[in-house]
Amino acid sequence: MSEKVLMKGNEAIAEGAILAGCRHFFGYPITPQNEIPEYMSRRMPEVGGVFLQAESEVAGGNMVYGAACAGARVMTTSSSPGISLMQEAISYMAGAELPCVLVNIVRGGPGLGGIQGAQSDYFQATKGGGHGDYRLIVLAPSSVQELMDLTIEAFDLADIYRNPVMILGDAILGQMMEPVVLRERSKINLPPKTWATIGAKGRPKNIISSLRLDPGELEKHNLALQEKYKRITDEQVRYTTYMASDAETLLVAYGTSARVAQAAIDMARERGLKAGLFRPVSLWPFPYDDLKTIALGSRRVLTVEMSHGQMIEDVRLAILGGRPIHFYCRTGGMTPTPREVLNEIERIVEEGI
Amino acid sequence: MQEEIIFAGFGGQGVMLLGRLVTYAGMMEGANVSWMPSYGPEMRGGTANCQVVVSSKKVSSPLVTEPTSLVALNKPSLDKFAPWVRRGGLIVYNSSLIESLPVWDNVRVLAVPANDIANELGDLRIANMVALGAYLAATKVVAGDTVLDALKKVLPERHHGLIPLNRQALACGEAIGAQ
Repeated sequence: MSEKVLMKGNEAIAEGAILAGCRHFFGYPITPQNEIPEYMSRRMPEVGGVFLQAESEVAGGNMVYGAACAGARVMTTSSSPGISLMQEAISYMAGAELPCVLVNIVRGGPGLGGIQGAQSDYFQATKGGGHGDYRLIVLAPSSVQELMDLTIEAFDLADIYRNPVMILGDAILGQMMEPVVLRERSKINLPPKTWATIGAKGRPKNIISSLRLDPGELEKHNLALQEKYKRITDEQVRYTTYMASDAETLLVAYGTSARVAQAAIDMARERGLKAGLFRPVSLWPFPYDDLKTIALGSRRVLTVEMSHGQMIEDVRLAILGGRPIHFYCRTGGMTPTPREVLNEIERIVEEGI
Repeated sequence: MQEEIIFAGFGGQGVMLLGRLVTYAGMMEGANVSWMPSYGPEMRGGTANCQVVVSSKKVSSPLVTEPTSLVALNKPSLDKFAPWVRRGGLIVYNSSLIESLPVWDNVRVLAVPANDIANELGDLRIANMVALGAYLAATKVVAGDTVLDALKKVLPERHHGLIPLNRQALACGEAIGAQ
């Protein structure tokens, strides 16, 4: 399984899920992620799994809830407007502590928006989206290989923490092709799903619900959730850097923006400008401490997004005024070009800010 | 080495396939590669393009905005993307469908009567491979033989009878590109 194959990002997600043992897929078609359900509709019958096209995203999300209750490795995928429709089920699953993998191949918004790539669902993914005090683990791949690897890992993280995990991609990552190495999943010890509702013969019955009418009990539940989120924050912060150690201008970007930023950094270095990249891979938990340390070693920070200033709020929280923070974005399905980002680097360096 | 190419034409002319073949062949030859399609609510007859990077180093941006080469199979594509081509770059265009050309500074231009040659070979659908042959001979990004190997992987087996025709079309294009 070490041969390189050329895959679309969307296909890599789907095959990654199969490799991770996902045998239940529910979804509703929406561009630009349709290659995932298409792939699943072909692959699931081959591996003895279930592919079901739901009548809507609302139904698809709740089918995931049902399969997760029964302890199945389950996934749904959609794009921005479809993910909005799933928020009820997502909040319920977070409340009921159910493991599942959700994929959002983000397109431009708000509303029905467009079908080109964007990053404007950062707030929705990392700050809530649905109601209640809950968190999703949110992973942001930036290559086709990473789309596959992080999807595989997402299933383990979901099981370990009994929590929904979201892969936040975008249309560019979903549509592009890159070589991928299909890796065997490293075996780890996962907690047994003793809570699953798979028939109570010979044991007391399990009940899975997100309803807790007694406020005292609900508060206790919330405190337990917060404790779990604290544990995830301690254990699952992920990021990478590129030429960051001597960078005077530190770019912060994730996903597709990070790829563009990296090209801009190469151009800047050719011109003698010391630029580097900090790329959060886990958007929640956000790498606040590591970003702070690295940013304080630079002179200025430039956040690059395909949204109008969403991740920058976490960048500000990380750096807390320790360095000037600049911003560059394109939105609505437009993508920044490396030259545009380079121009911005040159501008802030020249102005000495 | 970093080659950044835009393949563009009408939907149905096979520009996506050209991109995939070069990407696949690049991977087979050990290069770092990426392929990015344009997509949208277009239909057959609309414009289509894909952006390919073949590089000796890790590919940073998969989006090509300053191509080193453009392969344009129709006029709207040439009009749109020719101004994007880098100084010292290459434009391969389908001279069967594009008559008059503006003059670009510092860009090498290669005229390939792709449709005419394809018609002579007996199948208009092979015009894309003629243009690809010319592009490969002019840039040597990947070997024509590797592209044929890639074609075997990309093409469903029931179409493998078409490979000799593809080989012929590539060779006709290569003869033009090598000049």
